[in-house]
Amino acid sequence: MANKWKLIYNGIIPGNPVLVLLLGMCATLGTSSSAINGFMMGVATMVVLICSNAVISMLKNFVPDKVRIPAYIVIIATFVTILQLIINAYLPALNATLGIFIPLIVVNCVLLGRAEAFAGKNGVLDSICDGLGCGIGFTLALTLLGSVRELLGTGRLFDIVIYPEDYGMLLFVLAPGAFLALGYLIAIVNKLRKSK
Amino acid sequence: MKKLSSTLSNMVLSLGVITFVAGASLGTAYYVTKEPIAQMTHQTQVEAIKKVSPEFTNDPEADKWEYEQDGITYTVYPAYDADRLVGAAVESASMSGFSGEIKIMCGFDADGTVRNYEVLSHAETPGLGSKMATWFRDSSGSRSVIGLNMEKNSMYVTKDTDKKGEIDAITAATISSRAFLEALRNAYNAYVQYKECQEKNN
Repeated sequence: MANKWKLIYNGIIPGNPVLVLLLGMCATLGTSSSAINGFMMGVATMVVLICSNAVISMLKNFVPDKVRIPAYIVIIATFVTILQLIINAYLPALNATLGIFIPLIVVNCVLLGRAEAFAGKNGVLDSICDGLGCGIGFTLALTLLGSVRELLGTGRLFDIVIYPEDYGMLLFVLAPGAFLALGYLIAIVNKLRKSK
Repeated sequence: MKKLSSTLSNMVLSLGVITFVAGASLGTAYYVTKEPIAQMTHQTQVEAIKKVSPEFTNDPEADKWEYEQDGITYTVYPAYDADRLVGAAVESASMSGFSGEIKIMCGFDADGTVRNYEVLSHAETPGLGSKMATWFRDSSGSRSVIGLNMEKNSMYVTKDTDKKGEIDAITAATISSRAFLEALRNAYNAYVQYKECQEKNN
């Protein structure tokens, strides 16, 4: 059991997909314009990651090595499309804010990276734990980045006004601010990891 | 089970089975969500129409009328109160935005007074052009378009002095403001076309 906790913990802090492994940058920069957007995108990715990790680890002996990448992509794309249909049908508010980013989960390299590095070699339960850990790590990183950008850019946090919007630095809501904020976050995380 | 080796038949079999199962599950998911998605789209449409249009007794979606000009399709959802045309909701768009298409739904009274509007989709700069969703409703200064008459008022930004514009543009987003007003004017034009078309038919 301790082993499973370690797998989950590993995805959250020492092997955080965004802040340490620098995977999935496109989705990270694109959807973290506000804390709630980042959080939702993180959760959506986590759901797909857990499902795809589980199925890929189940099928790992059935998929010959030379065709493993197309097989993984088909599995990931299937889960993403199903998720998109469900969001379309039952969660219109989420669809309005994240609609165009959901299909991008397919090409998020966190998913293929975990499939290749972990799920293709380990058991089902371990792979689910790994997916959960990486998913939580991804969600935390996106929410943190979204919070920083929303707070500096619009003076709000999770849509609650902290200071008047006129003093906000619009730059942080736009793309360059995403790079700046992400760079500083990674620097802080590296500093903390080194000092341990 | 031992791992399958990469022979041609194994690869074909493995990929075949995976894509078949993927296809089947996608088909099922599509079948299950088809109804709710259609309902959701319809509901959002009806709500947007209700929000901007005068009170109606007909079904504006069933009576919709499409008008195309310069590659943009305008959809007029006429509002009738017992066979009398009292106004319409018009879905309109402009390609002159700062980044891509701006889609709006706006409502007019029979005499061309702007009742309300709703921005359906846009790709303008967050924090600047995106303010159009509330800016043109704001009663401070001459920002608001609501209650103005499309025939009597000049629906251009104040910077367009040659047009004697009356509307304050969004601070630092004049291009987006111009595009929004263009969409509004074109929407009214589509409504006028609809009225003319109806009069001809009667």
